[in-house]
Amino acid sequence: MKALFFPFTPQGVATIAFLLVVAFTVVGALIAVAARNIFHNVLGLALSLIGVAGLFLYLNSPFVALMEILIYVGAICIAICFAIMLSQPLYLPGAPRNPLKIQGAVLGAGAVFVFLALLTKKTKWVPAAERSTDWSITTIGHYLLTNYVLIFELVSLLLLVAMLGAIVNARGGRGSS
Amino acid sequence: MLVFNQLETYLYLALILFAIGLYGVLARRNLIAVLISVELILNAAMINFMAFNRFVAPHPAVGQVIALFIMAVAAAEAAIGLSIIIAVYRKLKAINVEQATELRG
Repeated sequence: MKALFFPFTPQGVATIAFLLVVAFTVVGALIAVAARNIFHNVLGLALSLIGVAGLFLYLNSPFVALMEILIYVGAICIAICFAIMLSQPLYLPGAPRNPLKIQGAVLGAGAVFVFLALLTKKTKWVPAAERSTDWSITTIGHYLLTNYVLIFELVSLLLLVAMLGAIVNARGGRGSS
Repeated sequence: MLVFNQLETYLYLALILFAIGLYGVLARRNLIAVLISVELILNAAMINFMAFNRFVAPHPAVGQVIALFIMAVAAAEAAIGLSIIIAVYRKLKAINVEQATELRG
């Protein structure tokens, strides 16, 4: 079994799938910021979020991966599509790109990237001395309703306020145009 | 050591996503595109939380609870942001950030 070619071992298949998920995430993110058409941006965002959900599967959290697809891809991307349809019509030409601004943005983002990459490289991450191995969804549910009930209630209140605020703000739709 | 069983892989990936999102926030002028970039940044933060949860944290439920919290905040932020964008479009007939200069003195 040792002679088996690496891509055909279970670890090899898992690694290839992981690289695929990483490619989804990064390519989707690039489409989300670089494409000219705003609708392509949303599709790129959805691709990237599906990739992130795959990463969460690799991080042992199928529940959060499911919620990622449900909330982000299913709700936020669709909401953004609605906002695109309700705001500027797509057939209008966009403003031409400002190369100076793009250079500045690349420089700024690159500087932050280099700084944080050096920081990540330099830091030694030490795992906790005692690590629980309880990954079940039941435990998350118990935690959400006991130790972290404040977060739960806060989120409910926040979503209620956001819902009311969105209705009040967007009332009247696109207006008379 | 497999590549997907290392903390650093996820940290660098989240960093790439964060940098791409930051570039989007700085370079784009369409308000909806800026919102999309902010979602990318929030996702980078979430990947970081989940990676530390998987490899470092003492109890694995905590990071997942935080990730769910971030998701809910992102949903609220998207709802409010999109409604503001629609209101701005109604007022200015444009969603370009460079045209929303009514508060300039």
